[in-house]
Amino acid sequence: MTSDPVETQLTVHDPDGPVVAPGHSYESITEKIGAIVITLRTPRHWWIGAGIAFLVVNMLMTAIAWLFWRGVGIWGVNVPIAWGFAIVNFVWWIGIGHAGTLISAILLLLKQDWRTSINRFAEAMTLFAVACAGMFPVLHLGRPQVFFWLFPYPNTMGLWPQPRSPLLWDVFAVSTYGTVSLIFWYIGLIPDVASLRDRAPQMWKKRVFGILALGWRGSARHWFRYEIAYLLLAGLATPLVVSVHTVVSFDFAVSMVPGWHTTIFPPYFVAGAIYSGFAMTLTLAIPLRKFYHLEDFITMRHLQNMGKVMLATGMIVAYGYSMEAFFAYYSSDKFELFMFKNRTTGPYGPFYGLLILFNILIPQLLWSKRVRSSIPALFIMSLVVNTGMWLERFVIVITSLHRDFMPSAWGMYYPTKWDIMTYIGTLGFFSFAFYLFVRLLPAISMFEMRDLIDKKAGKQVVH
Amino acid sequence: MSPIDAKTGREYWRSLEELADTEEFRKFVDDEFPTRSAEWLHQPNRREILRLMGASFALAGVTACTKQPPERIVPYVKQPEGVTPGKPLFFATAMPLNGYGLGVLGESHLGRPTKVEGNPDHPGSLGGSTAIAQASVLGLYDPDRSQTTIYRGRISGWGKFIAAMGMVRAEQLLSKGAGLRILTGTVTSPTLAAQLDEVLKTFPSARWYQYQPVHGPKADVSPVYRFDKADVVLSLDSDFLASIPGSPRYARDFISRRRLTEGQSTMSRLYVFEPTPSITGSVADHRFPVRASELDGQAKAIAAAIGLPVGAASYKHADAIARDLKAHHGASIVIAGDWQPASLHRLAHAMNEALGNIGNTVVYTDSIEARSEDHVASIKELTGEMNAGKVEALLILGGNPVYDAPADLNFGDALSKVPFRTHLGLYNDETSEKCDWHVNEAHYLEAWSDIRAYDGTATILQPLTDPLYGGKTAHEVLATLTENPDQTSHDIIQAYWRGRHTAEDFDAFWEKTLNAGVVPDTAAKPAQPPKGTSETQYAAALNPSTMELIFRPDPFIWDGQFANNGWLQELPKPHSRLTWDNPALISLGTAQRNSLQNGDIVELDFGGRKLRVPVWIQPGQVDDCVTMHLGFGRRRTGKVGDGVGFNAYELRTSDAPWGGPGLRIQKTDGRHVLATTQDHHAMEGRNIVRSATLEEYKADPKFALKASEEEFQARSLFPSFEYNGYKWGMAIDQNACIGCGACVSACTAENNIPIVGKDQVSRGREMHWIRVDRYYAGDPANPESLAQPMLCQMCETAPCELVCPVAATVHSTEGLNQMVYNRCVGTRYCSNNCPYKVRRFNFYLYSDWYTESLFGLRNPEVTVRSRGVMEKCTYCVQRINAVKIEAEKADRRVHEGEIVTACQQACPTQAITFGDMNDQNSRVAKWKALPLNYTVLGELNAKPRTTYLAKVKNPNPEIAQG
Repeated sequence: MTSDPVETQLTVHDPDGPVVAPGHSYESITEKIGAIVITLRTPRHWWIGAGIAFLVVNMLMTAIAWLFWRGVGIWGVNVPIAWGFAIVNFVWWIGIGHAGTLISAILLLLKQDWRTSINRFAEAMTLFAVACAGMFPVLHLGRPQVFFWLFPYPNTMGLWPQPRSPLLWDVFAVSTYGTVSLIFWYIGLIPDVASLRDRAPQMWKKRVFGILALGWRGSARHWFRYEIAYLLLAGLATPLVVSVHTVVSFDFAVSMVPGWHTTIFPPYFVAGAIYSGFAMTLTLAIPLRKFYHLEDFITMRHLQNMGKVMLATGMIVAYGYSMEAFFAYYSSDKFELFMFKNRTTGPYGPFYGLLILFNILIPQLLWSKRVRSSIPALFIMSLVVNTGMWLERFVIVITSLHRDFMPSAWGMYYPTKWDIMTYIGTLGFFSFAFYLFVRLLPAISMFEMRDLIDKKAGKQVVH
Repeated sequence: MSPIDAKTGREYWRSLEELADTEEFRKFVDDEFPTRSAEWLHQPNRREILRLMGASFALAGVTACTKQPPERIVPYVKQPEGVTPGKPLFFATAMPLNGYGLGVLGESHLGRPTKVEGNPDHPGSLGGSTAIAQASVLGLYDPDRSQTTIYRGRISGWGKFIAAMGMVRAEQLLSKGAGLRILTGTVTSPTLAAQLDEVLKTFPSARWYQYQPVHGPKADVSPVYRFDKADVVLSLDSDFLASIPGSPRYARDFISRRRLTEGQSTMSRLYVFEPTPSITGSVADHRFPVRASELDGQAKAIAAAIGLPVGAASYKHADAIARDLKAHHGASIVIAGDWQPASLHRLAHAMNEALGNIGNTVVYTDSIEARSEDHVASIKELTGEMNAGKVEALLILGGNPVYDAPADLNFGDALSKVPFRTHLGLYNDETSEKCDWHVNEAHYLEAWSDIRAYDGTATILQPLTDPLYGGKTAHEVLATLTENPDQTSHDIIQAYWRGRHTAEDFDAFWEKTLNAGVVPDTAAKPAQPPKGTSETQYAAALNPSTMELIFRPDPFIWDGQFANNGWLQELPKPHSRLTWDNPALISLGTAQRNSLQNGDIVELDFGGRKLRVPVWIQPGQVDDCVTMHLGFGRRRTGKVGDGVGFNAYELRTSDAPWGGPGLRIQKTDGRHVLATTQDHHAMEGRNIVRSATLEEYKADPKFALKASEEEFQARSLFPSFEYNGYKWGMAIDQNACIGCGACVSACTAENNIPIVGKDQVSRGREMHWIRVDRYYAGDPANPESLAQPMLCQMCETAPCELVCPVAATVHSTEGLNQMVYNRCVGTRYCSNNCPYKVRRFNFYLYSDWYTESLFGLRNPEVTVRSRGVMEKCTYCVQRINAVKIEAEKADRRVHEGEIVTACQQACPTQAITFGDMNDQNSRVAKWKALPLNYTVLGELNAKPRTTYLAKVKNPNPEIAQG
């Protein structure tokens, strides 16, 4: 057992501020974070928020029940726009999940300390986002009762799924993503859950945490193996950050629809995913730190770094948009040219305008340190970016489909109330899951935080 | 002691045998299935088994065939190509419309008619049919059809009706029929005409009136046109390709002079003057929009230029057109529309006479109708008599005059003054509601009757099934006025025809006639043409400053009789591609002047009568003219048709049955949702329908290929698949397609395609596997109007097959893109990736699984699809497979022409051809080798098997207009 550093020295290397506020010890960290979970009193703001979210979950259940009962016709999809909100929301949710994995895995491998206090809830965000996303490919099927035909299992028909279809690649990508994320997240939780097992006052909580802790004793041997496993999982999860959304982008890029069929989609989508993911992380981090008084752990440095990542990925996304415009012009392909003209000036043109405003123009404010340091500004920015990213998927899916090759088949897409209810329902599901997570599990990685101050005390070098 | 004494308390016994507790009873109880036949006590040998199987097979047919009519019906023995003998049977009959017959073959599966095809032996169709004919089979199974005789709102019976008619007969005999009146539509049926003659002889003071809403002026002779001999055709508002009794035949003949598929180098030329777009107008080389009330001015100018002594207004193209007509002396046709007044018809005749067409391209025959008359005058007279109380007993045989008689006559009110009123009708409709007696009519597919076609050829209608609801024909109802009131239609018809043949050869005649569907030598004989006229009894000069309103029959609902036919309601109209509605058609100019948009509701004020209708901007509509289609706004026809659309009959009066000037329109605040299947009619520079003039074609036969980047050779990294067996392909001649929609209707009938209703159509979910797209090019006031049938292109490198995650759409070794309904999970990626958007998705359970009367309608060879699966054209794979099976059994290849797809078969002009591309002699291979052949969106490299022949028009170089 290392000695408990009583004091930490703050060096002035980092202009943005410390990664951890000074004055914390092992005990204070564990106590502060663990208290949220094992306290007997659930704060009122939790009941209100979780209560509302639960009602919205019920709305989701209603929308899904009606969908299964009547059919996918309750949505606004038709021919030619056969994919609507469901696919827009699917891509949006999956995109959001990428930030969590990037923070957990990539930033770990890159030895970025500032990922420590945000990675746990970001990874939880990923899991819940993947869960929300994963609903849509099943819900939007005409015959959802046979969704399992998309999986390769030996069957009486002697049929395998068709491997040239990007939807099948999605099946593998998303399920791999969900599985790896879950395992990574769970493994990360084990030492913390063990701490809670040791500290929980009630017997039943001790038992539950005890089971989840899988017998963790915190011995050197445990830690040794644990660190290796953790790094391996990080290595496994890292390529997923790039591959999963690439595969999702193939849903569009592999088709021949003008506006979909473009090679820039993989990097463009991945960048967009990280963009929206960090935005959602900010949306979650800011209220979390405020309501649970975690400002010492989730510091201004974290918020500003997340802002910087948003800016960087936003610039990549902006590059993607401008390349789309350039391709349309340079290709001289009449379908591509028309697609771009229709996207910007056609019936859905205002959506494109809003998209540029939300995704490119407003985020430029993040260049200013003042904006990056202002919490309200960052919070609003995160909502703007997430809205913008939703609009991006809407514009891509719907404006490309509604006017493609045959003018006689052109049509319009109008979402119905069921489309909207299902989407808001998933927001509620996500929120509710997150509320439960915050109440029942440590939202910040306790052992990694302890490791952080340990490092700083011992080495006198802070980054 | 008897066994009952031994029982105590409540012990019940089941039978006396049990009570007696006999040996037999005990054995009975022990045997688990006492009523079955005795067990085989020995091992059956092969002979016995086969005998049993044979017997069961034969008996199986018996239970299914309960609806076979008791009289002998004769199958069409010479099977059309593509039909496997022994499987569906075809029976020749005729579909009546407007009193004229279209010869058809009814396809019958085990005694259930499921499809109607044209009769290749009938001069009126030559195998082609119409959209209405294709949809008529639905009318047979319509659950809203009247199923019983009704007396004053309560179910009655045929016997009671006969009794009632017996009393009428007795009563009227006393006054020689002074109070008896009969109202029918146009009568061409020889038997019905003879019956009416008899009735009028028995009751000399009785009167017979005729009324149907769509009818031309009175004509003592019937013109029969020979469009195959005409080099130049001038149509004065005549939609001869689609709206007159001979249209299917005329379309075939007319198009035969415009094809370029057999190396022809000349084409006929068509000039059309019309106020509102029609099928004929869209095919014209020169189309001149002109208000209906001003048409005679231009007609007179042309007549004057030809040399007729008429005082004429001048018209800039008159000389050029007249020169063209005169240059083809004896080989031209001038034809006037049924909705133009008699004076214009006389002028047209005079022009034909002057041009030497009589006897060549225009042949007058004795009137095919039993009695041609002015229908409006007829019903006006009847109404007058009804109002004056002179009518004691009125028989209305068919039709729906309460709904469609001229509004100023108030026929419904006059009807209530008649003490005894009977209506024979397919539906318990507006007229039946006001009558005492309603007799349910037999649909033509379940009736014995006879009828004449456009040229007089008679057909004896034979039923394909026993009347589903015991319906009666007009023959049977009329017979109740005779001494022998309870005759069957079969006996009546047979008696009539027996009277024309000697006893020996009647049976052979009967067989042969029913077999072929044509009574030989019944084409009308040429008659003395009407005297040419140079009298100018033309309509007085009209006030051009008011708008005019014109009425037209709806292309598919016609005069309203098909309002409850869902297939016809959902069939998109040829020009507007609207469904389930009849908005007022207005021109772009009219819309701009009145600030109107599609769907705005206006109030039409015509002759003091008002009607609120939505408007639709129709390219090609002439300015200041509004078209209202008849047949909508029904109140009592059934679940499908009630309340659909707007009742134009409310504005239609006896002094202007086809409309006229004097219309005022007033915009209101209302809006009405109109469900169209095509929002966008411009081609946006995409070369989808390629067209040129004849001169351009001769100068550069390959113009169609130059029009796109298609000259490039399709490149691929992979070797292409060698189709060494059959290689199915289809070619569509856009020069022959007139846009009539028969193919869409046929496909719906053949493939069990569901209708989805107006709301779903407005959301873009109609289910037609083939659609006829309509593109407009050029000046919106009078654009070039191009029709293109679009169906699954069966791409060799199909974009849809690539993206299906469960392999529900795959490719056959013969080139068909196959849709496997059972495997489809419904991701709809295939629809997204289809550039032609020919795939249709069942967003809900659209097929009607519960209405029992529709079970018999469905084609048993095609799956009925459920919710959540994708479907699309299959090149009628059920027909391909049926023929292939027979060919394999006979150990031979499929012959050219043996397989006909439903759309190909229905097309009146034979614009669609299908076959084996590997057979160099097949028509499809020949068409695809023509320079006119091109692929739509060929640059996408999907390699479609469906290709198109470019459209060529033959404009007059002297007229500088497209």
